Amino acid sequence: MGIFGLIGTAGHQLTGPWSAALRPAISLSPAALPLYSLRTTARMLLAMVASLIFTLTYATLAAKNRRAETVLIPLLDVLQSVPILGYLSFTVVFFIALFPGTVLGAELAAIFAIFTSQAWNMAFSFYQSLKTIPHDLDEANRSFRASGWQRFWRLEVPFAMPGLIWNMMMSMSGGWFFVVASEAVSVGDIQYTLPGVGSYVARAIQDRDLAAVGWAIIAMTITIVIYDQLLFRPMVAWADKFRFEQTAASKVPRSWLLDLFRGSKLMQFAGRVIGAVLHGTATARLQLPLMPAALRRMPLVPRLADVAWYGSVLALLGYCVIDLVRFAGHTLSWHDAAEASFNGALTLLRVAVLIVVATLVWVPIGVLVGLRPRLAEKVQPIAQFLAAFPANLLFPLAVILIVHYNLRPTIWLSPLMILGTQWYILFNVIAGASAFPNDFREAAASFRIRRLRWWRDIMLPGIFPYYVTGAITASGGAWNASIVSEAVSWGPTKLDGMGLGAYIARMTEAGDYPRIALGIAVMSLLVISINRLLWRPLYQFAEHRTRLD
Amino acid sequence: MDAPPNPIIDFHQICHTFEKSSGEPLVVLADIDSALRDGEILGLLGRSGSGKSTFLRIAAGLIKPTSGEVLYRGAPLAGPSEGISVVFQTFALYPWLTVLENVEAGLDALRLPRAEIRRRAQAAIDLIGLDGFQSAYPRELSGGMRQRVGFARAMVADPVALLMDEPFSALDVLTAETLRTDFLDLWIGHSLPLKTVLLVTHNIEEAVLLCDRILILSSNPGRICAEIPVLLAHPRDRISPEFRAIVDEIYSTLTLRSLESIAASHGQPHGGLALALPRASVNQISGLLETVAAPSYAGHAELPNLARTLTLEVDDLFPIAEALHILGFAELTGRSLKLTAAGRVFAQGATEDRKRLLREHLLRFVPLASHIHRVLAEREEHWAPHLRFKAELEDHLVARDAERTLGAVIGWARYAELFGYDARLRRLKLGAG
Repeated sequence: MGIFGLIGTAGHQLTGPWSAALRPAISLSPAALPLYSLRTTARMLLAMVASLIFTLTYATLAAKNRRAETVLIPLLDVLQSVPILGYLSFTVVFFIALFPGTVLGAELAAIFAIFTSQAWNMAFSFYQSLKTIPHDLDEANRSFRASGWQRFWRLEVPFAMPGLIWNMMMSMSGGWFFVVASEAVSVGDIQYTLPGVGSYVARAIQDRDLAAVGWAIIAMTITIVIYDQLLFRPMVAWADKFRFEQTAASKVPRSWLLDLFRGSKLMQFAGRVIGAVLHGTATARLQLPLMPAALRRMPLVPRLADVAWYGSVLALLGYCVIDLVRFAGHTLSWHDAAEASFNGALTLLRVAVLIVVATLVWVPIGVLVGLRPRLAEKVQPIAQFLAAFPANLLFPLAVILIVHYNLRPTIWLSPLMILGTQWYILFNVIAGASAFPNDFREAAASFRIRRLRWWRDIMLPGIFPYYVTGAITASGGAWNASIVSEAVSWGPTKLDGMGLGAYIARMTEAGDYPRIALGIAVMSLLVISINRLLWRPLYQFAEHRTRLD
Repeated sequence: MDAPPNPIIDFHQICHTFEKSSGEPLVVLADIDSALRDGEILGLLGRSGSGKSTFLRIAAGLIKPTSGEVLYRGAPLAGPSEGISVVFQTFALYPWLTVLENVEAGLDALRLPRAEIRRRAQAAIDLIGLDGFQSAYPRELSGGMRQRVGFARAMVADPVALLMDEPFSALDVLTAETLRTDFLDLWIGHSLPLKTVLLVTHNIEEAVLLCDRILILSSNPGRICAEIPVLLAHPRDRISPEFRAIVDEIYSTLTLRSLESIAASHGQPHGGLALALPRASVNQISGLLETVAAPSYAGHAELPNLARTLTLEVDDLFPIAEALHILGFAELTGRSLKLTAAGRVFAQGATEDRKRLLREHLLRFVPLASHIHRVLAEREEHWAPHLRFKAELEDHLVARDAERTLGAVIGWARYAELFGYDARLRRLKLGAG
């Protein structure tokens, strides 16, 4: 929380002198779309590179240094729960101030927004892998007397690879949403537009150009498919060798591109050259000088360092809290807190209802699909694609319908929140049902367990851990989406569905930083409490009671 | 006998304790004074929990002993050192590297030129008989081939001392035998820089087959309780009388150790609660009783014979035999197991008779069972939390043994319908269920 305070104050001070308007003209011609898609994709890739670098350093530091761990991991936990689009306004101000007058600041702000949507879960996954390196591999590695650098590339990174790749996929899938949302931003009097699919759609909305929205949807679809085929399929197929299980997989992931690469002579040669360089880097010893042994042996030194470390952490935290209170006290009244809380409750109610509705719809469908392997094989990629597709591109279509039929925005805007994230429930349930052991199904069939009892005693407990995983992602995504879905527009028509997301969006447009910070704080608090009080206990229950392996 | 040859690794007064969360330290190894000598395969034999793997890790420099000193070629061992290689029970291969790359990983620390690494890895692969498998990934290989990779990786750095942690125990019987023979051929026939081998095992015959000297570790804490030289020439014949005599001697030593620890706990003042019960299920107890009662043994069996016919290793057979002894169904003497009258009745009885007999014997011979029964009977609601007994046991036993002991007595009492355990509420309650 304190960190927002700091960013907030900084933002507030910075906004005075800077009022920038970087708005290159966006063409609505479909011919411009390939280039826009390319630029959008480039932002996505740069953010992924940044996320990877962050993951490899941050998580490693947290896993290896006890003192760093006590700060970094709780911080990561909080960061994971903060709505990304909420603090976009702060980071935009920060980056534009860093590079005044150029488009670089805005680009960096967009990339940073995507980065924040991707990095946290990757870092968590990597950290957890580092903490669960199998004992025997660790001992073998130590018995070779490998250096820390060698150990990192030989043992730790490969061991963490499957989890990391999976989380990268989830991150990418979520990332499209944010790349689209961060391309056309206006915070108070700062406005910028970055050429890309997101700003194309923003322009189309302004001009009420339905055909252009359609073109954007098509362009995005093609982009995601190409991205998947050219980047992710090969990566997943390649990463299969890092699986830790010693048994041969029944189904090996394949990629036509990787097969092509492996088959071609030129590519093999290139691969060998790159491989030799990488191998050389990975096996170089690069030993860092350790703290002098004499110093390490003195028992007082670590104790003193502990005191100094925790002391400074507490001091910084205290400073942040004081600063936050001062910052809030100047501008915010209890009335604001009440307003934000009321809006928060409204959005909470929406998220809860939508998760329940999505569960009732997608769990039965997911089970029925998952139990039919041939069907599941066809449906699963579609569900995964839908989860990756940035639902904000579809919002205009919904808005047109709402305007046309004159529906109440407070109710009818709600489904937009879960439009993009409900698919996480579907594809996790499909995965769960596909993995359900055939023995159990046959046993149930032979005892003639049917209908309600079959669902209650056999199937639902079987898919429960998968469902919880999907529902956590779906609800987290819904909170994030609320910021762009509770207040939408079509040309001059503006629909405000109320709620915390609409509140933050409104304050962002007005450039009212204290109230943006308040909105984010309330939302983070709600998300963290729900995670702690609902999802985490459910997840633990699922882990303990209904795990099949 | 000549004077003992030079020690390669020397152990002086090694003690090792693990910090437990409860604060009370768990002594794993106590006063180990020994040496790995030039030209020998030293066997380290003990039941699970005797600290033999810890000892190997101390020898490898992977763990620093709590007190005492390890000397490698006369100099103190500060950590994993050049010249000492380890072969792991679980193979510990990197699944993401090929066979060749896995072997090369053993040379990471030596900073050799690439061509030299390749040459030495190839030589190790040839030596171990892995030629043709270089580009395979470990998961494509059988257990035996994987352990060969483990051997090649250990040998590639030209070690002086090879430390093997139950290297054959994860393999099937035939594969293990092939690998043992191949290893012996390598040890005897090749001019390797390898000077000494430490073999940690719980398989008695394996130790006698391979080793020149066997140290027997007692449990809790691990101490060297016997040193048995094996002076037979290679190749050794498992059914020769000399071989059998050494196997029998080891069985006798191990039996003596378990009888001593059972007797010691009975003699102590706290009503026998300090008796750590072995992990043996009612099914295993019934199975062993029926086997020994069968005509081929007629109620009297030698442990080495039983182990061979039932293909049980020390860690499997001894707990069950001890359970029979404690329950008064058999008598363990020397290296033989002799059924009592009650044991014969149990072996022949129907389920109801068995339950009744076990109930009586639990109350008579297992102080913990009668204690729990009395506590539950005295309480009005006839139940008590699991934690109550666990805490009480931990006054007398280390936590790991307390857990196992309580588990064993609950298993027996459930079958005997003396008292039951509700895992959800974590409470014990009187009677069946």
